[in-house]
Amino acid sequence: MKAVQIFTSIAAIILGFILTGHAFAHQVTLLNVSYDPTRELYEDYNKAFAKHWKEKTGDDVTINQSHGGSGKQARAVIDGLDADVVTLALAYDIDAIAEKSGLLPKNWQEKLPNNSSPYTSTIVFLVRKGNPKNIKDWDDLLKPGMAVITPNPKTSGGARWNYLAAWGYASRKFNGDENKAKDFIAALYRNVPVLDSGARGSTTTFVERGMGDVLISWENEAYLAVNELGRDRFSIVIPSISILAEPPVALVDKNVDRHGTRSVTEEYLKYLYSEQGQEIAAKHYYRPRLDAIKKKYEDRFQPVKLFNISELGGWQEAQKKHFADKGTFDQIYGNN
Amino acid sequence: MILKQRSTLPGFRLTLGYTVFYLSLVVLIPLSMLFIKTSSMGWDAFWQAVTSPRTLAAYRLSFGTAFAASLVNVVFGFIIAWVLARYNFAGKKIIDALVDFPFALPTAVAGIALASLYSSNGWVGQYLYKMGIPSAYNSLGITLALIFIGLPFIVRTVEPVLQDIDAELEEAAASLGANRWQTFSRVIFPVVLPTLITGFSLAFARCIGEYGSVIFIAGNMPGKTEIAPLLIVTKLEQYDYAGATAIAVVMLLISFSLLALVNFIQHLASKRIGMS
Repeated sequence: MKAVQIFTSIAAIILGFILTGHAFAHQVTLLNVSYDPTRELYEDYNKAFAKHWKEKTGDDVTINQSHGGSGKQARAVIDGLDADVVTLALAYDIDAIAEKSGLLPKNWQEKLPNNSSPYTSTIVFLVRKGNPKNIKDWDDLLKPGMAVITPNPKTSGGARWNYLAAWGYASRKFNGDENKAKDFIAALYRNVPVLDSGARGSTTTFVERGMGDVLISWENEAYLAVNELGRDRFSIVIPSISILAEPPVALVDKNVDRHGTRSVTEEYLKYLYSEQGQEIAAKHYYRPRLDAIKKKYEDRFQPVKLFNISELGGWQEAQKKHFADKGTFDQIYGNN
Repeated sequence: MILKQRSTLPGFRLTLGYTVFYLSLVVLIPLSMLFIKTSSMGWDAFWQAVTSPRTLAAYRLSFGTAFAASLVNVVFGFIIAWVLARYNFAGKKIIDALVDFPFALPTAVAGIALASLYSSNGWVGQYLYKMGIPSAYNSLGITLALIFIGLPFIVRTVEPVLQDIDAELEEAAASLGANRWQTFSRVIFPVVLPTLITGFSLAFARCIGEYGSVIFIAGNMPGKTEIAPLLIVTKLEQYDYAGATAIAVVMLLISFSLLALVNFIQHLASKRIGMS
């Protein structure tokens, strides 16, 4: 399927070149390489942006989307997928693009406001209707007999946010005692019967296969599950503290310069921060940054106490410590 | 005057050249990339990557389940091939087409279908779980998925050979006093055996590398239900290209030696019945 996506994207880009070659047609084509759960968000956003750009400049813009696991998408860009913009699940993946391919500068995250993350999310619990196991906070996930569904942090970017949210809670609880935090995480993962390879896979396992008492999930995914599959089947539980998940966006400089699409691509990212862009994000259950929109959707997003990834030393540090070979995650399973 | 012996068929050089070129382009160059990428890591790192307990457990799981699934398929695939080759009945065409389904179905679709069938609330799974047989998210689940994937390889290799066996051969056996079991075990089976081995090795090779259909039913617990291809994906996800190709190279070498062994056994088997 991905091969087809890549092929159509490339075909679309080639078509775009052919069309822009004609003097009469101001037709621009962009490729936004994104991760799985943003499919619906960017479908809406692209329509809104095309309209905005047409009004502003009179030109037509077509935006092609590519979706997949965040890490997989980053590798595709490193290996030559001709993305103008990347909108991925975590900064670490865009760091990898900068480091391995040099397509964008290493300080890419400083180029746009709010760590280049126009919208945020957090990690919450999805439980069965009525919360039969009475799950309220991270501690409850460790109880014997509890079945917790979360994907494998080695293969899923979303799962890394889950893991770090739990780690952040534990290290606060034990005042930074790392060994105790490790034990906490190990006890939590002992209750995990299945480690799916991606976040959507875990949602399917919990929702469709009926496995587990609780799904650790992105807030937007949890809302999607509740709204699409029935309020009478699931409820959302907000833990006492969670992580501020910042899915970042970035312009892929070298590709953009080669395509000559800088002005429209810059506007594409800037528009995400505008009132309209923020509203679309909020509609799709991503937490907006803009105060006006935040206020408008107040009842949708319950207040959560959030901590930032920088508290754990940032992504590079967290990746090395927890998810690299022999990191804390591997230690849980007694592997090296 | 020089007499040059020519092959009766024209175009040998052209077609051989084409064959070598095409094989290089499609098979050899991609495979050599595997070795080149791997060689970017030192020997120590390579050894560590391919012999960590977690990797070894994944090899054991992948090769073990592939072997079990292919054995099951040899038995039941043979029966299906037998039915398709020997009997005519209503609906035969449909059964014939069904055998090819695992070829045609996208593997991820197969995986999702199998996982929903065999999980504890699935159609089949609910009864198996009640009987104390957990049929998903363990090595049994993996084997079930691999049986599904491997079936057509056996049927499609054995069926034409069964069709080719002359009825006269069986009649001759019968007229020489062989009973039905003897006709089967001493006349038919030895002819089919080399093809069964070929079918087995094809199915086995396919199952070792299978990812899409297995991943949804495997459970993916490190050291327990983690298949080797998942470990490769895991390494890639960490941008550890060399580590990923190292595991792949070892899998390739093991598969290659196993296939060589199978070919050798097959060679012995065909020699026994005087065809080679």
